[in-house]
Amino acid sequence: MNYTWNWGIFLEPSPEGVGTYFDMLLVGLKWTIATGACAWVWALVCGSLIGVIRTLPNRWTVGFGNAYVELFRNIPLLVQLFLWYFVLPELVPASIGLWLKQLPNASFFTAVVGIGFFMSARVAEQVRAGIIALPRGQSMAGLALGLTTAQTYRYVLLPMAFRIILPPLTSEFLNTIKNTSVALTIGLIELTARARAIQEFSFQVFEAFTAATLIYLMLNLLITAAMRWLERWVKIPGYGQGK
Amino acid sequence: MRSIITRTTLAILATTALAFTAQAQELTGTLKKIKEVGAISIAHRDSSIPFSYLDDQQKPVGYAMDICTAVVEAVRVHLKLPALNVKFTPVTSATRIPLIANGTVDLECGSTTNNVDRQKQVAFTNTHYLTASAFVSKKTAKLMKIDDLKGKTVVSTSGTTNIKQLNDVNTARSLGINVLAAKDHAEAFLMVETDRAAAFVMDDVLLASLVANAKAPADYQLSAEAFSKPEPYGIMLRKDDPDFKKLVDKATADFYKSAAGAATYAKWFQQPIPPKGLNLNVPMSPGLKGAFSKPSDSADPDAYGS
Repeated sequence: MNYTWNWGIFLEPSPEGVGTYFDMLLVGLKWTIATGACAWVWALVCGSLIGVIRTLPNRWTVGFGNAYVELFRNIPLLVQLFLWYFVLPELVPASIGLWLKQLPNASFFTAVVGIGFFMSARVAEQVRAGIIALPRGQSMAGLALGLTTAQTYRYVLLPMAFRIILPPLTSEFLNTIKNTSVALTIGLIELTARARAIQEFSFQVFEAFTAATLIYLMLNLLITAAMRWLERWVKIPGYGQGK
Repeated sequence: MRSIITRTTLAILATTALAFTAQAQELTGTLKKIKEVGAISIAHRDSSIPFSYLDDQQKPVGYAMDICTAVVEAVRVHLKLPALNVKFTPVTSATRIPLIANGTVDLECGSTTNNVDRQKQVAFTNTHYLTASAFVSKKTAKLMKIDDLKGKTVVSTSGTTNIKQLNDVNTARSLGINVLAAKDHAEAFLMVETDRAAAFVMDDVLLASLVANAKAPADYQLSAEAFSKPEPYGIMLRKDDPDFKKLVDKATADFYKSAAGAATYAKWFQQPIPPKGLNLNVPMSPGLKGAFSKPSDSADPDAYGS
């Protein structure tokens, strides 16, 4: 292969005028973390709600929950982001559309909403699985004690269900972080977009993407470690993993 | 036993054959590869109008493709081949460097700016176009000079030298421009079309082709003032392959100096081009006229006068 390696490229000043190429990557990393974290909160809130209503003894809520999950998980994320970014502003009244278009950081908010909804469908599946994995006797016992349905979920079912699904939720969190890279197609200048910009300026394509890969890897290892710690912290002795 | 003898004989024959070829041609690098494979691999872009793009039959065409066709013919004559297969590979700005470096493609025929940083990684042959950084805006906005952009929202494509020039001018003249970065040219132009941005800063020839392709070309105008001196576009090839570069340099120089050079320019820039029969109407700049009469592979904008 005829390629000139130059690992010192990251210390060279970036053509954007401020800082080095490495600083460019760090700015991208900030956007990746901000987008991933906000989208994850969104996914967790919406996903938990939808997951719960899919286990309620009500045909209509279950139907709505199923439709929601199938809608958001069966359309590719890239297509969803395009729909949110380019199609939505044209569907709403012109004045709201113009406001949406001129919103500062529009691509960031669109990415949070788009990735948030996409991942919420997956979280909803996990939450539902966690709830139906519990013995039927638990919800019956809750109701027999005189708890309302809401109280049964709040005090009996959800505390155990969330403990069961913590490990798969960790994977979904990591997926959320990785999915933020799709947002570069709607103009969010996150880590992958920065790596692309570096290769465009300097033609050092392998160095740029190696650095981005290592940064993603380190970020996700940190998250995995934090989630493992959380699992240990919330663990109830004698229940759940490793009896 | 017999198979060993056969193998030895074959080995001797092969070595002798190789020695003869080496004596006859002394081919190295890319030329050797082309001769062995009997094919040359050309990289093209999918939407770099009019340099290199796909027409309505999904066939790569364009100004740079025509120049490369002349290069291919020169390679065929040099290698004394009766015919030379041409393999077309589509590339993007992200894939062109790895594919050139690992030998998948031999020539990149598109609109790649030749600059000193990039020459550390690849080589460029003689300049085939010169383009300056300008901006496009809606006529109703009445923006002609860079100072008119004061306080406006202006978009450019991320990872380009154009966005860098915009940032530089913004700081140097303290214009307070809100700079937006778009993923690609089409999206950046869409931002001007939908009023997300007042102007779009890009290579003037790309702006001209975007305007020509727009829904209402008459609504837009290019700025009178440019952000930079015209920068050269070059056809890209592997670095450190002097024989191949020499051949390509000679082929392109002969092509530019011949009548075919000017005719090819007129065909793509001053006549209707596929797929929609648009006419870009960009006459040849004095700088490019100079670069055609005295071909040069210099990355320095000052080398081209004007």
